[in-house]
Amino acid sequence: MKQPTRDGLEMRGISIAFPGVQALREVDFAAARGRTHALIGANGAGKSTLMKVLAGAYDHYEGEIRIDGKPARIRKPRDAKDLGIQIVYQEVDTALISYLSVGENIMLDQMVSGMGGRQVIRWRQLHQSAQTVLDRLRVAIPTRKLVSELTLAEKQMVLIARAVAVDCRYLILDEPTAPLSSSETARLFELVRQLKEEGVGIIFISHRLPELYEICEDITVMRDGRKVASAALAEMDQAAVVQHMLGQRMEQQFPERVSQPGDIAMEVERFGDDGMLQDISLYLRRGEVVGLAGLVGAGKTELCRALFGASSGITGELRLQGRAVRLRTPHQAVSQGLALIPEERRREGIFVHEPVGANLTSAALSRYSRALGWLSPARERQASTAMIGSLGIKTPSERTLVRNLSGGNQQKVAIGKWLLADSEVYLFDEPTKGVDVGAKKDIFELIADLAARGKSVLYASSELSEIIGITDRVYVMYDGRIVRELVTADTDEEELMVYCTGGGQA
Amino acid sequence: MSASAQAKQKPSFSFLDFMYKYGTLLTIVVLIIIFGLFTDNFLTSSSLINILRQISIITIIATGLTVSLAVGGFDLSIGSTASLANAIVISLFVWHGQSLGVGIGLTILFCLLVGVLNAFLVINFKIQDMLMTLATMFIFQGIALTYTRGATVSQNMILPSGEYATGQIPALFGKLGKEPWLIVIMLVLVVLVHLFLNYTKHGRYMYMIGGNREAAELSGLPVSRYRLAAYLISALLATIGGIMIGARVMTAEVNSGAPMLMDAVAAAFIGYSVLGAGKPNALGTLAGSVLIGILSYGLIMMSVPYYAMDIVKGAVLALALAITYYKRKH
Repeated sequence: MKQPTRDGLEMRGISIAFPGVQALREVDFAAARGRTHALIGANGAGKSTLMKVLAGAYDHYEGEIRIDGKPARIRKPRDAKDLGIQIVYQEVDTALISYLSVGENIMLDQMVSGMGGRQVIRWRQLHQSAQTVLDRLRVAIPTRKLVSELTLAEKQMVLIARAVAVDCRYLILDEPTAPLSSSETARLFELVRQLKEEGVGIIFISHRLPELYEICEDITVMRDGRKVASAALAEMDQAAVVQHMLGQRMEQQFPERVSQPGDIAMEVERFGDDGMLQDISLYLRRGEVVGLAGLVGAGKTELCRALFGASSGITGELRLQGRAVRLRTPHQAVSQGLALIPEERRREGIFVHEPVGANLTSAALSRYSRALGWLSPARERQASTAMIGSLGIKTPSERTLVRNLSGGNQQKVAIGKWLLADSEVYLFDEPTKGVDVGAKKDIFELIADLAARGKSVLYASSELSEIIGITDRVYVMYDGRIVRELVTADTDEEELMVYCTGGGQA
Repeated sequence: MSASAQAKQKPSFSFLDFMYKYGTLLTIVVLIIIFGLFTDNFLTSSSLINILRQISIITIIATGLTVSLAVGGFDLSIGSTASLANAIVISLFVWHGQSLGVGIGLTILFCLLVGVLNAFLVINFKIQDMLMTLATMFIFQGIALTYTRGATVSQNMILPSGEYATGQIPALFGKLGKEPWLIVIMLVLVVLVHLFLNYTKHGRYMYMIGGNREAAELSGLPVSRYRLAAYLISALLATIGGIMIGARVMTAEVNSGAPMLMDAVAAAFIGYSVLGAGKPNALGTLAGSVLIGILSYGLIMMSVPYYAMDIVKGAVLALALAITYYKRKH
């Protein structure tokens, strides 16, 4: 669609490798000023990496970047900024200094590099310039307010204001709408349109397909580090986008399993929290693996935590084996036979400074202690060595500190501790994240084995191929709600992706 | 336990690793050699008894601090709690003529409220432990001062009414403050806390909470309950420390416990690295306390003027901490 104009930004044959992974392979990408370009792809497709290259976050990539036909050298963030390329990362909090005011944050670049030999800050001038920028964007946030007092949406506006406070010709927005409500999103889109009219070229990364059609003109789809399609958005409908995102996936090895679902083990109705979860109803049967599909930010992690009693403001009904219970703390959840294998395992699932053995027995320590809580090291050692053997955890001994294990083995430790606890309902949150192929296969087999022993498993993942491969039934989450319930045998990745990206809602 | 695990992993000898594990013990040995060479009667049993007597109360208080550190907390109010306990126990004897058992029992009961208050504030208001207990440190100090009206409580003191106080401090109470009992009590408490932290599930839970509170919560541990328990133990040991101060000097001086705080903090932090534990532990705290005790005593024997002693003490502490934390980062 795009004539080989010499105007605009062009990336040609961009490749970049990190230890162990080839993140980008020969990617071409072009964006024009005064237009919004959608950059789409499943998790791990390389969108963010490509944009980081453009923003100067890496210096070891191969390929060429041209701006208005002239070769540009972008090897560090400064280079990108000098060329008028600004990026607003998804994690707004890491980019803002919460102790400083809105004005200071907007004018941060000038304060860092525009002061020259001057040592004293001219406050009146600073706030005036910041106000000018905000006025231009028609954003009403007082410049003297502290950033720590702002909402997430306001913080994003401040970041965008900072980006356009200096010469901004291209603005990259990395999943800006993921944490926003629909009215906040509408407000953001107004801002995007405004910037577009001013001639800024906008590159827009998002997982929500429907919203692209509101503000984007062009689209590029990436998959597994490659560019797979690039067109005017009007020429590509949602189904086509999904097809490009998924493509022909590598076959993964999933264990053969025959499921024999029994009674309902856990059931929730009109369940929600004081955050994003609304009106969730679902049930898990004994011996059943149920998928919870959804993209990053859809609310899977929040749902798992809420089911486990680790969230505040929980509403709705929860029944275990038919009995209504209230779980206010994870402690209560565990005593009722629940187990959660959290997504952020280093932070939430394991004790890195403790040995493997202590980690494995941590959820069921009472079983390895006598009167007065006196520990029985022999029984503990026996149980943990047995678990190390049966899970195939690669560790010199049960006394090795967990921080010395690889990611996959740490994950096995995080799962193993719940196997020793012998729970009834297992909630897995992205269990294969950062785990190598071999360990993935072990984890799938473990889950199949749990189901065969009559346990219930909720398998939350954004890897749709895994959902299809391992589950019996699937709930699809989008924006804090469950939008579909499907039988795995009757669906496929494409249909799941459509629902995950907010499509198909009649 | 974890010390041997580390030793198994790394057969290669590393100077830093060695210093990390044995630095404190080595420093103690070096100090003993230096003081033994440069003073006449350092290497005698009477000096040993003297040193142990001097560190006993600090060690008891520091052991309590160690438990609060184990759950990832930090109880700064231990010095004030000790002052308060000292004031209460002596006043119960002198002002109210209570018996030994009632005096000590009531003191412990009252001071456990201190632990409850600390835990309540820290857990419910989600304020950093150190900041909150800094505030309560002032409060308890103030309560002790107000209670004694800023005066020293002692036998036959003149009461505000103009009369003499008639209560007597039981003779048995005074015995507690003399060797061997003072030292025996210290050693028993250190061993008890060591066993509790390392050989019971409760101790294991405390270390888990201290190591990663989020993960402990999601492992189903009753985190708040254990943090409360830790602050109770901390207050209990500080109270015992305060009672021992009373038993040793047979009076309740203004803020008698406050100077113990910093030595206790130093002892507990030096103790982190002892034998490669890498976390707060009771035996390490004892070693840290011994190090500080030997240092103070030796410096006195070497006739270093009292006003210059803190310089040396601070320097040794800085060195010990440097070894511990340098290793932790790398």
